[in-house]
Amino acid sequence: MPGFATLPYDVAHVLDTLVLVLSFALLYQRRLFGVLTIYAWQALLLAAAAAWQAYAQDAPHLYITAGIALVFKAIIIPIALHRIIVYLDIHRTIETALGVGATLTVGVALVALSILLVLPVTTASGALTRESLAAALSVVLLGLLMMITRRNAVSQVVGFMSLENGLILAAVGVKGMPLVVELSIAFSVMVAFIIFGVFFFHIRERFDTLDIHDMERFRGERR
Amino acid sequence: MLTALLPVLLAYGAASLSGIIFGRRAQVVVYGLSALAAAATALAAARFLAAGAAPESALLPLGLPWIGAHFRIDSLSAFFLFVIGLAATLISVYALDYGKHDAEAGRVLPFYPAFLAGMTLVPIAADAFSFLVCWEGMSVASWLLVLATHRQAETRNAAFLYLVMASLGVGALLLAFGLLAGGQGDYSFAAMHGAALDRWRSGLCFVLILIGTGSKAGMVPLHVWLPPAHASAPSHVSALMSGVMTKVALYGFIRLAFDLAGPAPWWWGAVVLLLGGVTALLGVLYAVMQHDLKRLLAYHTVENIGIVVIGLGLALAFRADGLALLGALALAAALLHVFNHAMFKSLLFLGSGAVLVATHERDMEHLGGLIHPMPVTAFVFLIGAVAISALLPFNGFVSEWLTFQAIINGALLPQWLLKFAVPVVGAMLALAAALAAVCFVKVFGTVFLGRARRPAAAEAKEVSALMLAPMAGFAAICTLVGVVPQSILGLVRPVAASLIPGGPGIELSDWPWLAPLGPDHSSYSGIVILLAVTFLTALSVLVIHRFASDRLRRSAPWDCGFPDPRPETQYTASSFAQPIRRIFGSIAFAATERIDMPGPGETRPAAIEVSLSDPVWEGIYAPTARLVGLLSERLNLLQFQTIRRYLSLMFAALVLLLLIVAVSQ
Repeated sequence: MPGFATLPYDVAHVLDTLVLVLSFALLYQRRLFGVLTIYAWQALLLAAAAAWQAYAQDAPHLYITAGIALVFKAIIIPIALHRIIVYLDIHRTIETALGVGATLTVGVALVALSILLVLPVTTASGALTRESLAAALSVVLLGLLMMITRRNAVSQVVGFMSLENGLILAAVGVKGMPLVVELSIAFSVMVAFIIFGVFFFHIRERFDTLDIHDMERFRGERR
Repeated sequence: MLTALLPVLLAYGAASLSGIIFGRRAQVVVYGLSALAAAATALAAARFLAAGAAPESALLPLGLPWIGAHFRIDSLSAFFLFVIGLAATLISVYALDYGKHDAEAGRVLPFYPAFLAGMTLVPIAADAFSFLVCWEGMSVASWLLVLATHRQAETRNAAFLYLVMASLGVGALLLAFGLLAGGQGDYSFAAMHGAALDRWRSGLCFVLILIGTGSKAGMVPLHVWLPPAHASAPSHVSALMSGVMTKVALYGFIRLAFDLAGPAPWWWGAVVLLLGGVTALLGVLYAVMQHDLKRLLAYHTVENIGIVVIGLGLALAFRADGLALLGALALAAALLHVFNHAMFKSLLFLGSGAVLVATHERDMEHLGGLIHPMPVTAFVFLIGAVAISALLPFNGFVSEWLTFQAIINGALLPQWLLKFAVPVVGAMLALAAALAAVCFVKVFGTVFLGRARRPAAAEAKEVSALMLAPMAGFAAICTLVGVVPQSILGLVRPVAASLIPGGPGIELSDWPWLAPLGPDHSSYSGIVILLAVTFLTALSVLVIHRFASDRLRRSAPWDCGFPDPRPETQYTASSFAQPIRRIFGSIAFAATERIDMPGPGETRPAAIEVSLSDPVWEGIYAPTARLVGLLSERLNLLQFQTIRRYLSLMFAALVLLLLIVAVSQ
């Protein structure tokens, strides 16, 4: 069982932590293209983490997960989003619902919460799993935080996919997770990506209001 | 016995199916099959009871996997099956003809057998799952039957109220079963029977049982759905709901509170007793104020449920204090009243159905003088009215007399609260019985006597023999049980003895005298009374005809108090109820009368306006409804948010739950 201060543990820990750090970077980034770049980096690191876990756990199917992460998340999705932004001429700056400083403070609190939660629960399992799980839960919560503190639709999508990165991170950290789960998650993200793409075409940057009043007037209701 | 019920259920299923497929053309098949199946149920149950057979159980591989559906029949189940079957047989025969007058037969036929099947299954269900499924099946089927006349707004409101109350009741029962099962995961009654709960859990469980079964039976303050729902349904369904379904609810109470919830402390009895007294009194007071015939009968159901519940409360109290013989007496009185009420209430609802068929009127103020066109209906209705008013020599008297025997011995209870409470409840019961008599004098006098107030009543025709025969059957049963109460008490006695252990059961051997506590206590004999009444009547007739003066005297005929020949000048139902309203209504219903007297020279007529407010509705339901409305309005804001707000709410909920986990570990 890999314990502290062994090579598999250290490398996995560094990769997990880097994914987490990039989640923070997503939180304070104010430019859209910057957000996409950071997301691509995060996906790249996720691929690296998955590959490392495949090597450390001797589970070759995780290489496929790493490949999916690399091809889809680090390359195709960022490029596609980039093209959409250029094509639709979306505002390049991100309006925040909560200031960057406050967001980062909440983010730190969330990380503390996930560590408090995960570490006592998983005392029975190996250190590799425990640290990974804490980092993964933090990434999930930070992705959710990003979705709710950004008014821009593109950054909400990126937040959602960053959240999904956290799920994959948790999945690869646990021994014996079958490939099916990861594949299904990957495809669900693909579907979500397509749906969000369609949304962009229809609602552009008015995503945040999704104007209910227009619909009511259209339906002839009075409230 | 359980195998005998299988073809019964199949018959109900076939009847329901043919109702769905063929609609109103299948009427004869549906009601005919239902009548046969119900008769088979009653026969099998009577044979089971008379033989004193041992309980039977069966485990069917239905329902939840690995659990199956448990069914069991013992004397208590058999007694209720007997009541259900007997009443349902006659009601189904009545429906053979009544159904032809039903404009919405297509909405009634598929659900009528399903309703009967549900009521047949509830008493034999022997695990929480099948009990609740059958219970809900019964509720939903009856709800659909109420909705048969859904085109009237009144019906829709009644059905909605019924649905809400039924959900409340079954929710309470679900929780009660959860408590009884105690987390062991074994939901069969056999496992619950042995479960020992601590004091708080069993108390909570009792309250939940009371809410769950009381809401279906119509116990005050959970009765509000009952009168509108029972009045809105077609009359034969009203008879089933009022006469039979409320009994199934009482079965649920007896099964849960007496059998499953373990040894009951005495305060359960006190609570049930007081609730019964309040239910009986308020029910009859509501009834006196009504002038809708079916609604009035439904309020009388509330009253009679109260009488049964008084008996059950006394039985619980006597059993808790180890007075087994008195407990058996109180329980036997309650069970006999269950039977009696099923009979005379079905009879009265069928009678109201006959009036409805003949006149299309439910409002008593529009009826009158029906005894001339409908003499047979009037006669059997009179028997039902006398029986429900607890007058000699009919069955209502016997069960109320037995209840009073138990009440009189309430002083033997050691608790001081009960020593004082029992006579108070006895006074309430006596008042309720007297008011019931007043109420039925009003009903019979307004509907059948006097002169027709509307043309519809004047043109009424007697209903067919097929409708009269079942009513006559009920009337015969009422008379027979009143004269020979031992016939039914013989069936009731083993039931009461099985639920009140340690006693010999009530004494029945002293025929023709009924002296339930032994020969040195009070006794009653229907036959002797009947003979005495017959003899005295004959004697009076003889004396009058033989010895009265035969001199001829001519004078103007008495005009019966109304010299003006127009029917509007007759004494109305409201006028008859006015003294009662003055005395009790001002306290119980905040009744106010406003007289609108035109000034000198004005030509408009004077008017009197009476306003009543329902204390239960105003005090409990209206505030609850307002609260729910207020909360919904506040929460409604959540329906119109941006996606980001929804996500924030989910996020907040997630973080909150995680925090709870983090703190609690």
